[in-house]
Amino acid sequence: MSDVLEIYNYWIYIVLMMVGFYGVMAKRNLIKQAIALGLFQTGIFLFYISMAVVDGGTAPIWMADGATKVPNPLAVPAAFDNPLPHVLMLTAIVVGVSILAVALAIIINIRRAFGTIEYDELTKIEREMEAREAREAAQ
Amino acid sequence: MIPFNELITDNLPALVVVLPLLGGLLATLVGRFAWLWSTIITGSVFLLTYTLFTAVQAGPGMRYEFGNWPYLWGIEYRIDLLNAFILLVVSGIAFIATIYAKLSVEDEIPADRHNFFYSVWLLAITGLLGITITGDAFNVYVLLEISSLTIYALIAMGKDRDPRALTASLRYLILGSVGASFILLGIGYLLMVTGTLNMADMHAQLMAMPEATQNRTILVAFAFLLVGLSLKMALFPLHTWLPKAYTYAPSAVTAMVAATATKVGVYMAFRFLFTIFGYKFTFVDMPSYHILIICAAVGIIITGLTAIRQTNAKKLLAYSSVGQIGYIVAGFALANPQGVAGSLVHIFNHAAMKGGMFMALGAVAYRVGGTNMKDLRGLGKRMPLTAGCITAGALGLIGFPMTAGFISKWYLVQGALAGGSWLLAFTILFGSLLAVIYSWKMIEAMYFREPEGKTAEATEAPYMLVLPTMALIGLSIYFGINAEFTAGTALKAAAALLPGGVQ
Repeated sequence: MSDVLEIYNYWIYIVLMMVGFYGVMAKRNLIKQAIALGLFQTGIFLFYISMAVVDGGTAPIWMADGATKVPNPLAVPAAFDNPLPHVLMLTAIVVGVSILAVALAIIINIRRAFGTIEYDELTKIEREMEAREAREAAQ
Repeated sequence: MIPFNELITDNLPALVVVLPLLGGLLATLVGRFAWLWSTIITGSVFLLTYTLFTAVQAGPGMRYEFGNWPYLWGIEYRIDLLNAFILLVVSGIAFIATIYAKLSVEDEIPADRHNFFYSVWLLAITGLLGITITGDAFNVYVLLEISSLTIYALIAMGKDRDPRALTASLRYLILGSVGASFILLGIGYLLMVTGTLNMADMHAQLMAMPEATQNRTILVAFAFLLVGLSLKMALFPLHTWLPKAYTYAPSAVTAMVAATATKVGVYMAFRFLFTIFGYKFTFVDMPSYHILIICAAVGIIITGLTAIRQTNAKKLLAYSSVGQIGYIVAGFALANPQGVAGSLVHIFNHAAMKGGMFMALGAVAYRVGGTNMKDLRGLGKRMPLTAGCITAGALGLIGFPMTAGFISKWYLVQGALAGGSWLLAFTILFGSLLAVIYSWKMIEAMYFREPEGKTAEATEAPYMLVLPTMALIGLSIYFGINAEFTAGTALKAAAALLPGGVQ
């Protein structure tokens, strides 16, 4: 039981990701979908950062001796956390922000063109456009 | 001081990505020369990839350590025959599509946005080339997002002709981001197990684990990657974003994206399934053969039937594209030399045929203003060259002898029979039958109907549109008659992916 609770950050990652995934698939408002997409990606950041943890490790910074500014071997901790996933997530955060920006830009344009950001209403308008085209094609 | 030409030859692999990246950023600054600038950039990239291809064809392959970091620390570019071939296809199509873009973009996109269009266009090409050349798994994700984000923006630029480009683009954005996130998760789980991001090193680490198929982390990674990649390459039933995105995007964008983006998705699948997981894990220990073959075969039939019902020629070809992805996936899922070679040949052949056909439809949109079946009526008399290109492309889709489509289907059917899958061979032939029906709809409209409406006044499209179209269609016919180059390269590359080495 304690094993399961000790890795609670993985549980948070899964819950967060599933909440986001549910929102992307089930929400009918485009802004809510964009928010859910952000949540989904945040879950993945948490996953990567959790995997970087090393038992007994600290932040991967080489501590210099305060007075002499010379690296002091005694001040070096036994283990460092793995910095690689952190760096990867810096990139992924930038990617996530860009996705959100492009999504919001498109949603603004959808509002201007269609007058709504509700998925169901958009589908209805598109169906009508398609039906009109099909009628014209049949002539 | 290092001589300049040595600097170029030593850093060829980096330049393939750096040149369009910087070129794309600078395209916003060159004023009304943006098109000329993009043509020069894509042209030089094509020459670079050609040089790389000839170097790799003769020798054992190339490795390039970015920024001189040793390859397990930094990002490594690794070029073998497989990705040199895909690089050549992507950069060649990008070059031809850029030439074509000039008039089409002037017609379809407001003048104040041309610079941004070419900037985003070059960045999309950067992403696609980067995915193909890199040997680092996380680098694949970053470049995948670069290419995807720019392609969403390019598709949304079709909004001035039809506002549905916006909803199509957003739908693609949401599904595409979910797919890319799945790929990111898959890479994360692989990183947990292997502790490395270098593809070759990942493979070595996985091979060193005798109980890899019992390791749940690896299984989860495999599942996430398979679903994410299928979304990205639009494998049925995860293709729902594709038809509308292709239909409402600007003509030049449709031609470029249809010819390259899903193909690069397939290339990613090659890399992850064959290079990282390896033949044995993917096709012997895992049931991926059955999953992929069933999706591909059902997709070929259902999208073929859907294509027949379309009244918009662009949408018809978009559904046909999903079916063609089915052929490509079925080919490599067979995992025998003929199947994988057929899959690789079809990547090139379909890129040339479909790229050319979408360009021809763009020329129709330029003169007539739409791409509905009604607009195609009587086109054979009014725009004979464009109609001829569409017809030649359609023959290729059917797999008519003397076209490139025949060569790839020949290998695919051979592969299916060698794999003992009669049902798949039958599906491939039945798919061709469906292609006959939907191609006939276009041919009948073009040659056996009288022109009406705007088509009646249309004249042949300008040469700046017709020549690039004819170049691509011409390539698909040339490599249908003389398949030595494409098929030879594909067979060699396929042998390198499969166990047993060169046959």
